[in-house]
Amino acid sequence: MRRMAAMVTSADGQEYPVQVGGRTTKSIVMGVGAVALIVLFLFPLFGVTDWTRRLVEFFCYLAAAQMWNLLLGYAGLMSAGQQAYIGLGAYTVWFFADIVHINPLLCVLFAAITGAIIAFPAAALVFRLRGGYLAIGTWVIAEIFRLIFSSISQTGGGAGTTIGAAAQMAQTKGVDGWYSQVYWLALAVAVLTIAVCYLLLRSRTGLALKAIRDDDLSAESSGVNLWRTKLYTYIIAGAGCAMAGALIALYSLQVRPGSAFSINWTAYLIFITVIGGIGTIEGPFIGTVIFYALRETTSKYGTWYFIVLGLLAAVIAIWSRGGIYGWILKKTGFTLFPLQRRVGFGRSEKPPSPPASEGGGGAATV
Amino acid sequence: MDWVNTIVSGILLGGLYSLFAVGLSLVFGTMRLVNLAHGDLTVLPAYVALLMVGSAGRFNPLYAIPLTMVVMFGFGYLLQRGLLNRVVLKGDIIGVIVTFGLSMVIMNALQQGFTANSQGLDAGKIENLSITVTDQFAIGWLPLLIFLLAIVVITALQLYMGHTKMGRAFRAVSDDTDAARLMGINTKHVWAVAMAVALLVVSIGGVIMGIRTTFSPLLGTDRLIFAFEAVIIGGMGSLWGTFVGGIVLGVAQLIGAKVFGSPFQHLVGHLVFIAILAFRPQGFLAKTVTK
Repeated sequence: MRRMAAMVTSADGQEYPVQVGGRTTKSIVMGVGAVALIVLFLFPLFGVTDWTRRLVEFFCYLAAAQMWNLLLGYAGLMSAGQQAYIGLGAYTVWFFADIVHINPLLCVLFAAITGAIIAFPAAALVFRLRGGYLAIGTWVIAEIFRLIFSSISQTGGGAGTTIGAAAQMAQTKGVDGWYSQVYWLALAVAVLTIAVCYLLLRSRTGLALKAIRDDDLSAESSGVNLWRTKLYTYIIAGAGCAMAGALIALYSLQVRPGSAFSINWTAYLIFITVIGGIGTIEGPFIGTVIFYALRETTSKYGTWYFIVLGLLAAVIAIWSRGGIYGWILKKTGFTLFPLQRRVGFGRSEKPPSPPASEGGGGAATV
Repeated sequence: MDWVNTIVSGILLGGLYSLFAVGLSLVFGTMRLVNLAHGDLTVLPAYVALLMVGSAGRFNPLYAIPLTMVVMFGFGYLLQRGLLNRVVLKGDIIGVIVTFGLSMVIMNALQQGFTANSQGLDAGKIENLSITVTDQFAIGWLPLLIFLLAIVVITALQLYMGHTKMGRAFRAVSDDTDAARLMGINTKHVWAVAMAVALLVVSIGGVIMGIRTTFSPLLGTDRLIFAFEAVIIGGMGSLWGTFVGGIVLGVAQLIGAKVFGSPFQHLVGHLVFIAILAFRPQGFLAKTVTK
């Protein structure tokens, strides 16, 4: 296929170009985004507080949720086992920092590589399953890693281990120095995952992913390589979640198989994505904010907190598929990350027939 | 003799797994719903029995089994009609999300009501009775009872599916929901009965396991995974396949525990499952072919 903009042909044989992107006044959004990023970037310079640590966790959840959303919302892969990669990322940090003696902050990179490498055979296995069974299959893989790391005595078995090199570095750099570096790294990873999702979804692979999401059979018959597209997505998600896990290990300076490979991660990711809005980049962002607000206020109630998370996810999944961002999009059409493909009708000419529109009027969106 | 013991125990354990797995299989078979709350729904009956035994003074929990089955049948019907019918035929994703949420709710509600500590049902002497074959080899009555019940339940389910009006409706709805609806089948009722039957079946294993060992709200995760592994190992769509799958898993787990020590019981079971998924993804006795 030619590399230029795709064209659609109308009923009367005229061709119209398809543009990627929405009609959001881009400069304003870019400006606000840049200011927000700068503020977030400068944040730790005013001293490390509770908020710095909360934000580190926030970035980790946001990154993992973006990855989970990429799997579910675009590739149609329902994973209940991303905690496998979160845990592997954490243990990769331990391995490269404590055994190989590499700068702990650099180990985030190795975590991404490990996640990607493990995701490949895992995909070959779980892709034999479909839908809900695929979800349990990914869960089994996470369980296997949890059981393996619980029985390795070098990492302290089920009790886990501290990451000695990172703890030492934290001591020499002091609280301010260490946590602000972890903070910047977490911010970078969150921005990176969003950028990867955004660029991926605007590419041809992104179009293929949306086709798969809408109907995988007709996507395949239109020439989309289902298996390969899903594989790439799964590998990216594995690498992204491993980076999130690595950051959590750096932030908490320890790793325990029970919490690193906990199914609670899946519970959080489902909640965040479903509440915020599946299949959008904005959705997981909103979802993470709500998840945080809920966690800070009600997590002290323990079981009730999880009951509320489960109920809310189920209720929203049944009655409001698009989540909160879906509702905002329907009311205002506002997008921060324009991903729709629109047919661009010339200014002077009128479209040959009123196209079916969902978002803004006058343009067909994908 | 040690090995015979291990393998026989593994087969008996497999009977229990298959008893949990046929519920999962039945629900998937009739409405293409993978119920992630299934594990927690196998834990729930033990607590229902605990409540009955506790409130009615001291009566043997074995008598609570039929009562619990009735309660779980009703609960399954209402759960399906009230909530899960809304997600049937809406695609895989929504069903998984809703049942995962349900799983969180059940597990944490049980923790809230009964604490996360292990509890037990005391049935008296039968818990430890066993048939002594030789000095080193004995078969416990309860595991044997569960195994025989698994055979009875699967035979009964086969007959039910093949020879009753409701069984035919299950299969009709499974094959083509719209056509079944046009033929006058009330699909919502049929799905609800399928869920009710599934929970009735799992409550047999759930309560007897509560008598044999202790139970806690946290068991659901493992039970869901074991049931799933039994279904996939055996091959989807075949009840006897699920039975075989359960046995393969049970034997694999106990051999793993014997060779590597008990912490490796579940790990070896998972690895055998992975090996079968890699080399025989359709399972041993597959009937249905999924695209």
